[in-house]
Amino acid sequence: MSTMNMIQALNSAMDVMMERDPNVLVFGEDAGYFGGVFRVTDGLQRKYGVSRCFDAPIAEGGIVATAIGMGANGLRPVVEIQFVDYIYPAYDQLVSEAARLRYRSSGEFFAPITVRSPYGGGIMGGQTHSQSPETIFTHVPGLKTVIPSTPYDAKGMLISAIEDDDPVIFLEPKRIYNGPFDGHHDQPLQPWAKHPASEVPDGHYRVPLGSADVRRSGKAVTVLAYGTMVYVALAAVAESGIDAEVIDLRSLVPLDLETIETSVKKTGRCVIVHEAPQTSGFAGELIALIQQHCFYHLEAPIERVTGWDTPYPHAFEWDYFVSPARVVEALRRAVEAV
Amino acid sequence: MGADVLRDGTCLNAMTKPVAPSSQHVSPDSIVVPQPHCRPGDEPDFSRLDFPAVGSTRRPAVDESPDKMRELAYGLIRVLDEDGCAGGEWNPELDVDTLRRALRAMVLTRTFDDRMFRAHRQGKTSFYMKCTGEEAIGCAQAIVLSKEDMFFPTYRVQGILITRDYPLVQMMNQIYSNASDPLQGRQLPILYSAREYGFFSLSGNVGTQYCQAVGWAMANTYKNNGHIAAAFIGDGSTATYDFHHALNFAAVYRAPVILNITNNQWAISSFQGIAGGQQTTFAARGIGYGLPALRVDGNDFLAVYAATDWAAQRARKGLGATVIEFYTYRAEGHSTSDDPSKYRPRDEAAHWPMGDPVKRLKQHLIALGEWSDEQHQAMEAELVAEVRAAAREAEAVGTLGQSRPPVSEMFEQVFKSPDWRLERQRQEVLGQ
Repeated sequence: MSTMNMIQALNSAMDVMMERDPNVLVFGEDAGYFGGVFRVTDGLQRKYGVSRCFDAPIAEGGIVATAIGMGANGLRPVVEIQFVDYIYPAYDQLVSEAARLRYRSSGEFFAPITVRSPYGGGIMGGQTHSQSPETIFTHVPGLKTVIPSTPYDAKGMLISAIEDDDPVIFLEPKRIYNGPFDGHHDQPLQPWAKHPASEVPDGHYRVPLGSADVRRSGKAVTVLAYGTMVYVALAAVAESGIDAEVIDLRSLVPLDLETIETSVKKTGRCVIVHEAPQTSGFAGELIALIQQHCFYHLEAPIERVTGWDTPYPHAFEWDYFVSPARVVEALRRAVEAV
Repeated sequence: MGADVLRDGTCLNAMTKPVAPSSQHVSPDSIVVPQPHCRPGDEPDFSRLDFPAVGSTRRPAVDESPDKMRELAYGLIRVLDEDGCAGGEWNPELDVDTLRRALRAMVLTRTFDDRMFRAHRQGKTSFYMKCTGEEAIGCAQAIVLSKEDMFFPTYRVQGILITRDYPLVQMMNQIYSNASDPLQGRQLPILYSAREYGFFSLSGNVGTQYCQAVGWAMANTYKNNGHIAAAFIGDGSTATYDFHHALNFAAVYRAPVILNITNNQWAISSFQGIAGGQQTTFAARGIGYGLPALRVDGNDFLAVYAATDWAAQRARKGLGATVIEFYTYRAEGHSTSDDPSKYRPRDEAAHWPMGDPVKRLKQHLIALGEWSDEQHQAMEAELVAEVRAAAREAEAVGTLGQSRPPVSEMFEQVFKSPDWRLERQRQEVLGQ
């Protein structure tokens, strides 16, 4: 075991997989010699050579298309899109190609690729370094979309993603790369070293894709969150004194509906939190599923606390970014509804 | 492919001698990944670069057919020699007032950059990007083109705004996202928008605006207003599809646009070989689309001016687009978030064989007997004071976090009129 932050844990996952499987390759913009602008691929080129970890041209569509070709031809490429805000040129390759290759060839060809990309706000990155576009991937049949929120999960899930025979969009909440940020931007960040989930096995292990994690047990209300918002939700629960059950979804597709259903049937109330804008956000899908599966157990309208329906604004970061205070208000509304 | 180009006598490299295969990691089971010549710890070495002599490059008539001038994509247009003397067919023979105006704009740009970089280090803003070593490009183009033409800029041509006397304090207000920010706090620092100055809104994503310039130029043709457009892209971003869309559309529709490529050798940590710069020149991309393509010393103000002027004349005569590669060097880090000593020799910029554009233009004016070290020092002091005064004014409004536009602005300009969702969300934020 070692103490790792999320960057080190992700790096360790790729290191372990490159060591075990010569078919695992890593590439992306600045991902080779420099080791990535967030240093997630640091040291991999030195250790495994330029053929297995290299810099790519600034062409996200080219990066993903190349990965599809490699993957179809037996390799297991792990590509980095520097910020998810830059992934849109690759969207055609992901939607029209990676997601459907297996289906349209009846399994003759498939694309076992992992597309890693930092996402989310809270770093004063403005419109082009802060977005949370997870639902544009969850809407596409054939793509898996997962989001870890701890170093332990990041490593175990990235290993599962690399070993997965289907394309996986692996979104990394960059605001919590170095510590579990809870939304209180005016307070010092706690480093991962003080959090139990920073204890990470050095070798190979898996955290399966499609399993949620109950991060806090409670009876009064269920809170569904993922990525950075898990810590915002936990802070809000602590501040409100409400006995909420906080579930880290970890994986949006495939979704662990059973864990959600069990919890909401127990509490009868639900608050969903995400950074992404509200309209057509993943909360909308969750609300539909919950009303379908838990309708007769519900005691209050389902609440959602989300980003606003605006582009990500530089000067208004902390008005846009979901705060614990907004989650507390939603928790109160949920538990006080009769 | 590289070898064929070399054999046909068009001298792929005038610039870069072919890389010996032994210097690369090549084996039958191995992927070839280009490597730069120098990494941290190495002695900076540009001796492999071989430039055509100053004044040796032919200047074709503006209406000459592109297929008659292909050698220009592989050479290098140079006007200023090592002694600061101008020569050759490309010498634009500018009057002294224009030269002094350009020098002033370039020094002001550098002074502004230094001040704002320090402001970032002092915690006054979240982000900044300098254009050190590349000042000649934005400043020269700002002079050649008019405000009625439209630039589709990158984040490294702030010299356009400064040359055109855009208020420095407004740039700083944008950088500080303060209450006087002309973009109302919506955009990352340095991603300006200044329509009245012929400066299109900067996206922040690279490459994405290159083909938009073609569309803008086609609209000029449609409106028959005589104006043109000019787009910028970096060496790294020539790998984007946007670059190829732009060249294709510009060629097909003979759009009045200048397609500039700023080859400053580095795209964050990736040297230009990762974008394909070792196979052929970036200018040569234009040949495949049947466009005239020039390769120009980007650190030579006169060469930049002359090439831009030639391309602008072509565009205004209805002869279509020109691709121009400006060969230069990014002397500083990519941004305040970058540490270039991690991937290239720390002092590589000082070894760049084409020198520093500011020093070279200054040397030229001195060689003409129209400038002196004393005058230069006095001007530098004056510009430092000008920037300081602007900074005081902007900081009196406030730096990032101390001052900002009203939070209700977050919901404006998403649409022309906010819909009910935005109105409700605004009320929620305002606590009403």
